[in-house]
Amino acid sequence: MAQKLTANRLIDGIVLYWKGGDWTESLAEADFFESEEEAQAALAAAKDFVARNVVVSPYLFEMKGDRPLKEREIIRALGPSVRPDLGKQAAR
Amino acid sequence: MYRYDEFDAQFVRERTEQFRFQVERRLRGELNEDQFKPFRLMNGLYLQLHAYMLRIAVPYGTLSAAQMRMFAHIARKYDKGYGHFTTRQNLQFNWPKLKDVPDILAELATAQLHAIQTSGNCIRNVTSDHFAGAAADEIEDPRPVGELIRQWSSLHPEFSFLPRKFKIAVGASKHDRAALRFHDMAVEIVQNEAGKTGYKIWVGGGLGRTPATGYVVGDFVEKPDLLAFLEAVLRVYNENGRRDNIYKARIKILAYALGEAEMRERVMREFLEIKKSGSLQVPETERARIEAYFKPPAFETLDDIALPSEGALGQWVASNLHKHRMPGYAIATVSLKPIGGVPGDCSHEQLDGLAQLMDDFGYDEIRVSHEQNLVLPHVKQKDLVAIYARLAALGLGTANAGLITDIICCPGLDYCDLANARSIPIAQKIAERFADFERQHDIGELKIKMSGCINACGHHHAGHIGILGVDKKGVEFYQLQLGGSGAEDASIGQILGPGFGEHEIVDAVERIVDLYVKLRKPGERFLDTTRRLGIEPFKNVAYGEQLHAAH
Repeated sequence: MAQKLTANRLIDGIVLYWKGGDWTESLAEADFFESEEEAQAALAAAKDFVARNVVVSPYLFEMKGDRPLKEREIIRALGPSVRPDLGKQAAR
Repeated sequence: MYRYDEFDAQFVRERTEQFRFQVERRLRGELNEDQFKPFRLMNGLYLQLHAYMLRIAVPYGTLSAAQMRMFAHIARKYDKGYGHFTTRQNLQFNWPKLKDVPDILAELATAQLHAIQTSGNCIRNVTSDHFAGAAADEIEDPRPVGELIRQWSSLHPEFSFLPRKFKIAVGASKHDRAALRFHDMAVEIVQNEAGKTGYKIWVGGGLGRTPATGYVVGDFVEKPDLLAFLEAVLRVYNENGRRDNIYKARIKILAYALGEAEMRERVMREFLEIKKSGSLQVPETERARIEAYFKPPAFETLDDIALPSEGALGQWVASNLHKHRMPGYAIATVSLKPIGGVPGDCSHEQLDGLAQLMDDFGYDEIRVSHEQNLVLPHVKQKDLVAIYARLAALGLGTANAGLITDIICCPGLDYCDLANARSIPIAQKIAERFADFERQHDIGELKIKMSGCINACGHHHAGHIGILGVDKKGVEFYQLQLGGSGAEDASIGQILGPGFGEHEIVDAVERIVDLYVKLRKPGERFLDTTRRLGIEPFKNVAYGEQLHAAH
């Protein structure tokens, strides 16, 4: 199953996604890994950002089409489902 | 209310500066996350789904107007304009930035607030009866005992690295409003046959993965011996509690592995050793010094008056007022459960508005309840019209305390990193379904408690109706339990069966409640009806067509 890579930014905890060797706040802009090899390579590269104290806890998660498979990642990408005025969804 | 002395103030200031240094080192890369995490947790800072979360201690649930204003200020300046009151009487901010947290803690310290003992494997912030000092049925105000425990337990060197967290509650009424029997340890203030006041000590209660009600290990501990006895319990736990398995590390596991007789014997042995040493005796003068901080306000001599019974105010009076120990006064619950709102959330405008209300009508006091409401403990009955008008203007006039829409609900998957399912939207839908005031009152006392994972922050095991959110292959399901209680008749709810889908759970709850209304005896609470009849009839009706389809 296709995957994306996420982490939290150290300084403020904001959810980030891997994009082209760096990070973006937008799930839609994030790199889409069709193969496990690609995903693992990105995760390995992300560890460097951990060592440099830019992000914490990077991990891969599964996508189903253009949406995360699990509710948890949908909520992380948007913000609390009960507060559409908060989180990333608020900026839309 | 307790006021920090210079020792307390200096201790909190030093702790804040220590954490500032640790954050600076983390941001400079001198500490990695594994090294930093224990420090941030010791200062109440978690990393959740969307951002960091800062949990601030509210010892025994008591706050002043200045502290409420400080919460409002922090919410405005550093967060997103609101805070969330928790089932442990604390307050959480959901969006602080790591770089700001030292400044937040420094500002909180100016109002005698801190985040110590809100995380980690230590003795956590002590909780208490939210009606303390006001309840007509209490033996004495339990908060001085809570404060004594706070002073003893804060950074206790022997108990800073316990097998797991350790939660203590204190109560002083026969009617248990502090869920004493579900705490790792609880102090119940009691009177013996001679009329002397002492302490009954409960041990081994807890919720979470392995729910258990506690049992008594000390039938009547004399007042000077309290800390020695509590220390004895902690020593037995610290020495014998399991450290090999996080899920078996709470004292409840030890309590039931040892059994009541063995636990009593070990605690007594430790207690006698401590007592023989002469340490940890609390002299009367020290107890009196602490009690002086909690002396009641200067109550006026008043008579009870006829309370409003008409209209929205009448509904609020009928639901949210409780009997005060002084004539002419009342205890007023401020519901943080507006229909369709987020249980426990409070905006900065509401925090400020409540602070003003406390100044004008509430003797500068408010309480946080473990049911995620606020309580004005001392209000004059003659001021109720004005108080209700202010609350209603703040959006805090919901008349539902203790009713079916007064739902305890953890943040769930909308905020929490540990959660498996959302809980808030389900609580909102249930509240909307039962919003009609007449219907709620007809149903009567019914406590719905809901958690988004097995850790049970929403106390679902202790709900008359408990709801547990679970994840099944990425889909949220909701398991129902019936017959739990967190009160003096404590019990753990029985699981009905397989979980319901997000769009089925509210209907299932409604079918159960409707059956209760049909089968109850006059005056019988929901809890008592389910106990009398067992869960079968409710199970049948809950699954309804699904059961028929299965046969």
